[in-house]
Amino acid sequence: MTRYIVVRLLDAIPTVLLVLTLVFVAMRILPGDPAVAALGDFATPEQREAFREQMGLNAPLWQQYLTFVASSLTLDFGESMMNGRDVLGLISYNLPYTIELTIASVLLGVLIGVPFGVWAATNANSAPDSAMRGFSLIGYAVPDFYLGALLLIVFSLNLGWFPINGGGEGILDRMHHVFLPALTLAFIKAAFLGRLTRTALLEVLGRDYIRTARAKGAREPRVIYRHGLRNALLPLTTGLGLTTLTALSGSVAIELVFNRPGLGKLLISAIAERDYAVIQGGIVVFALFVVAINLTMDLVYVLVDPRIRVS
Amino acid sequence: MSASINPALQPLASQPSVFATLRRVIFDRPATIFALVVVILFVLVAALAPLIAPYDPLAQSILDVNKPPSAAHPVGTDQFGRDVLSRLVYGSRNSLILGFVSPVLAAILGTFLGVVAGYFGGFVDRIVSRIIDLLLAFPELLLAILIAAVLGGGFWNVVAVLTVAFTPGFARVARASTLAVKQEPYIEAAVAVGLRTPMIILRHVVPNIAAPIVVLTTLWIASAIRLEASLSFLGIGTQPPNPSWGNIIRDGLNNLFGSPWPIIGAGALITLVVLAFNLLGDAVRDALDPEASR
Amino acid sequence: MTQDLLRLSDVTVEFGPPKRPVRVVEGVSFSVGKGESVGLVGESGSGKSVTSLAIMRLIGGRVAKGRIEFEGRNLLDLPASAMPAIRGRDIAMIFQEPMSSLNPLMTVGDQVAEALLLHGWHDRTARRKRTVEMLDLVGIPNAEGRLGAYPHQFSGGMRQRVMIAMAVACEPKLLIADEPTTALDVTIQAQVLDLMKKVRRELGMAILLISHDLGVIADVCERVVVMYAGRVVEEADIRTILTRPQHPYTQGLLRSVPRRSHEAERLYQIPGSVPPAGSIRQGCPFRDRCELAVPRCAEEMPPMFRFGPSQSAACWVTAAAKGASQAGAAA
Repeated sequence: MTRYIVVRLLDAIPTVLLVLTLVFVAMRILPGDPAVAALGDFATPEQREAFREQMGLNAPLWQQYLTFVASSLTLDFGESMMNGRDVLGLISYNLPYTIELTIASVLLGVLIGVPFGVWAATNANSAPDSAMRGFSLIGYAVPDFYLGALLLIVFSLNLGWFPINGGGEGILDRMHHVFLPALTLAFIKAAFLGRLTRTALLEVLGRDYIRTARAKGAREPRVIYRHGLRNALLPLTTGLGLTTLTALSGSVAIELVFNRPGLGKLLISAIAERDYAVIQGGIVVFALFVVAINLTMDLVYVLVDPRIRVS
Repeated sequence: MSASINPALQPLASQPSVFATLRRVIFDRPATIFALVVVILFVLVAALAPLIAPYDPLAQSILDVNKPPSAAHPVGTDQFGRDVLSRLVYGSRNSLILGFVSPVLAAILGTFLGVVAGYFGGFVDRIVSRIIDLLLAFPELLLAILIAAVLGGGFWNVVAVLTVAFTPGFARVARASTLAVKQEPYIEAAVAVGLRTPMIILRHVVPNIAAPIVVLTTLWIASAIRLEASLSFLGIGTQPPNPSWGNIIRDGLNNLFGSPWPIIGAGALITLVVLAFNLLGDAVRDALDPEASR
Repeated sequence: MTQDLLRLSDVTVEFGPPKRPVRVVEGVSFSVGKGESVGLVGESGSGKSVTSLAIMRLIGGRVAKGRIEFEGRNLLDLPASAMPAIRGRDIAMIFQEPMSSLNPLMTVGDQVAEALLLHGWHDRTARRKRTVEMLDLVGIPNAEGRLGAYPHQFSGGMRQRVMIAMAVACEPKLLIADEPTTALDVTIQAQVLDLMKKVRRELGMAILLISHDLGVIADVCERVVVMYAGRVVEEADIRTILTRPQHPYTQGLLRSVPRRSHEAERLYQIPGSVPPAGSIRQGCPFRDRCELAVPRCAEEMPPMFRFGPSQSAACWVTAAAKGASQAGAAA
C-alpha cells in the first residue's frame, strides 16, 4: 500500500509540471502579445513596455518559464494590476468560500443522490426507477446557473428565507449563505450520483457473492447495504471525484449568481478587468486544485479497495 | 492473389442495419420523437430567426422597460425595453452554430491526434496520451473557463475554447479505437499489399472507428450548447449586445428586481434544447454503439 | 429406510411472464434422507441448478407447482421473511464459482463470522473461536493468522474451502453443493471432494451434490437422481446406476465418463444437445437423441417405472423390456 501511495504522489510531480507548462504555453503564446491581451488595443506603446517589464516578459522565454514555474510553486503570483493587492492574499481570502461551497454541494449531492439511487435500484423498472430517470434527465439538462437563479428568485427574493448575496460572517451565517448555492449544485450532482448509484448497485446486486450472502441467511437490508452498496462504492468513488471536480467548475457560475466571494468570482472579475496577474494566479490555483482532487481520489481508492490496500 | 485479399480489405462493406436500427431507435420511443420535434423546431427557429422574431432584438425602447408578458411581448421586455422573445429567437442562432461547429471541429482535431498517437505509438503516443489524460482530468466547463480566461470572449474565441475543451475526449476514444483496429487482419493485409500509410489510415482506420466518434459528436452537441450558455453567462462567451441564451440570463440577473422573465424564458429554452439533444444522442448511441449503452 | 429430510414433490419452476411461462423444471420429485448424500446429475441446461436454488427459494423464476418439504414443512408455504432464518442454519449452499462467490471487500474471517452472527452467535469471542475452528476444519493453514486476509489473496481451491467453512459453520442439516469443483483444477477437485466427505462425516449432515460429472457424484454420493431437460429421468443408488442403468440417457452419460481401463477407446458422446427449456411440450424430452425411441415416446411422457427396490426410471422402452411396474406414489 505504501508503495502505491508513494508511486501516486511521485506521479503527481510531472503532472503538476505539465499543468504549469500548459498554462505557461497558453498564457504566453496563445493570445499573441500578452501586453495587448492585458491592456487592450488602446494602450500606448509606453504602457505596453512598462507592462512587459513589470511581468518579466522581456526576458528570454526559457527564463520566463523557469520564473513562472518557480513562482507558481511558491504561490508567488505578484500583485493585482487593478488595486495593487497581493494576488496570493486575494486568493487565500476567496479560496475558503469556494472550498466551503464545493464541499457542501458534494455532501448534499451525496445525501440526496445516493439514497435516491439505492431506492431506484432496489425497485428497478418500477415507479421509483422512472422517477430516477426523469430526475437525471432534468439534472443533465438544466444549467446550474439557471437553477440557481430560479432558487434565488423564489427563496431569497420572494420568500426572503435566504440572503441574496455575500458569503456571510461566522459559522452559522456562512452556513445560511452557502445553503442555497450548495443546494443548486447538489441538485445537479444528485442527478448524476443517483444514476451512477443505481447502475453500480444494480450491477453489484447481480454478482455471485450477493447470492452467497442471501444463501447464508442475510436479510435484504443487509444484502443491499453491507454487501451491495459497499461494493458499489468503488465506481461511486470515481463518481465522487468527478462530482467534486464538476462542483468546483460549477461554483464559478454559482458564485456569480449568488454574488458570493470565491475563486471563480475572483477569476471572472479579473478577466473582465484584464487583471493579468490575478488571471494567471487564478488559473494556476484552479489547475492545482484539479490535480489535488484527482490525487485525493486515487488515495481514497486505497481505503475503499482492499485489492489495492493489501497486496 | 489480390482477389483473395480484397474481401479482407473491406470489412465494413456491408452494414445495412445501421440506418434500420437508427430508424427503429428513433421512432420506437416517444421520448425520442419528442426530442426530434424539439430539435427540428430549434433548428427552424434559428434558421428563420429574422422571419419569426416580432421585433429587432437590439431595438431599445425606454417606454417599454421591464414589461411582464403580454400579447405584444409574450415573454415581456428587459431593462432596456428590448423584446425578450425576439432576443431568445436570435439567441438560438448562437446556440445552434456553436452547438454544432465545436463538436465537429473537436471531432476532426481529436480524431487526428488520437489516430496518429494510436497508429504510430512510441514517443508521439506517450506525449499525446499524457496530455490527453491530463486535460481529461479537468471538467470541460472548467477547462473552457480557464482557456477563455486567456483568450477572452467573442464568437471565434468561443469556438476555439469549446473545440479545445472537447478535443481530449475525442482523442482518447479515437486512440483506443485505433489501437483495437490496428490488430485487425485487414490492416496487416493492407500493409502487405503495399498501401501507403496515409491511405491505410484514411481508407481503413478512420472508417472503422467512425461509429464511436459519431456517437460522441452527437452526445456533445448538448454539452456544447450548455457550455456556450455557461461561458456567455460568465461574460466570456458571446458578447453583448448580441443575444445569446447565456448572456440573456446574465443581463436578467443584473435586473432581478426589474423582471424575472428573461431568466425564466432563456433558462427554460436551454433546458429544453439540451434535454432534447441528450435524448437524441442517447438514441444515436443505442443505434450505432449498442455496447456503450447499459 | 432413512427418514426424509428434504422431499420435493412434483416441483415445477417457470421463468418469464406468467402469460407465456417457460418451464425450466417440470414435475421433479425426489428426496434426501437425514445424513444422506444424494447426487443430482445432468448436462448443463437440465434444470439441476434451478432445482437447487428453488429449494433455497433463491431463484428469479416462480415455483408454479409442487411442494418442497424440509423436515415435514413445505418451504413454499412460508412467508419470504422466514427464509433467511432457514438459509445458512438449516440448509446451506456452496456454488460453482469460488472466484466470484466471496465478497471481495470483506475479510474471509468476517465472511465466515457473518454466517454465525446471522444465526445467533452474538458473542464476539465465541464467534471468533468458532470461525478459526471452521477454517481449521476445512484445512486453511494458519487459520487464526488468515482471518484478516481478503479473498483475492486466496487461490480458487482455498476460496472454495472458505465457502465450505462458511456454509457449514452453523452445522446445517443439509448442504447443497452446486458444481463445487467444476471451476477447479483436477487435483484441487479431489481435495475439495475429500473435504466435503470429511465435513459430512464430522458434522453428520446430508449433502445434495449437483454435478454434470458422474465421477464426482460417485465419489461422494450414495444415491443419484438423474435429470434431463427439467425432468427426473432416473433415480437409484450409486452402485446400481453404475452397473445397471435403465434410462438410455443415463446409459449414455455413463459411456461418456472416461475410464482408466478403456483408455484406448474413443470417448462416447451422446449425439445432439439438450433441447432448450420449455421447447418440449409432449412426450419424452430425450426421444430425439435416443437410439431406442419408439412412436409412443413422442406422444406421452413416460412415468417413473420401478426397476428394483432402489431404482426407478422414466422410459417406455426399457420398462416394457424389463417388465417394470409403474412406480406410482413412491414411498
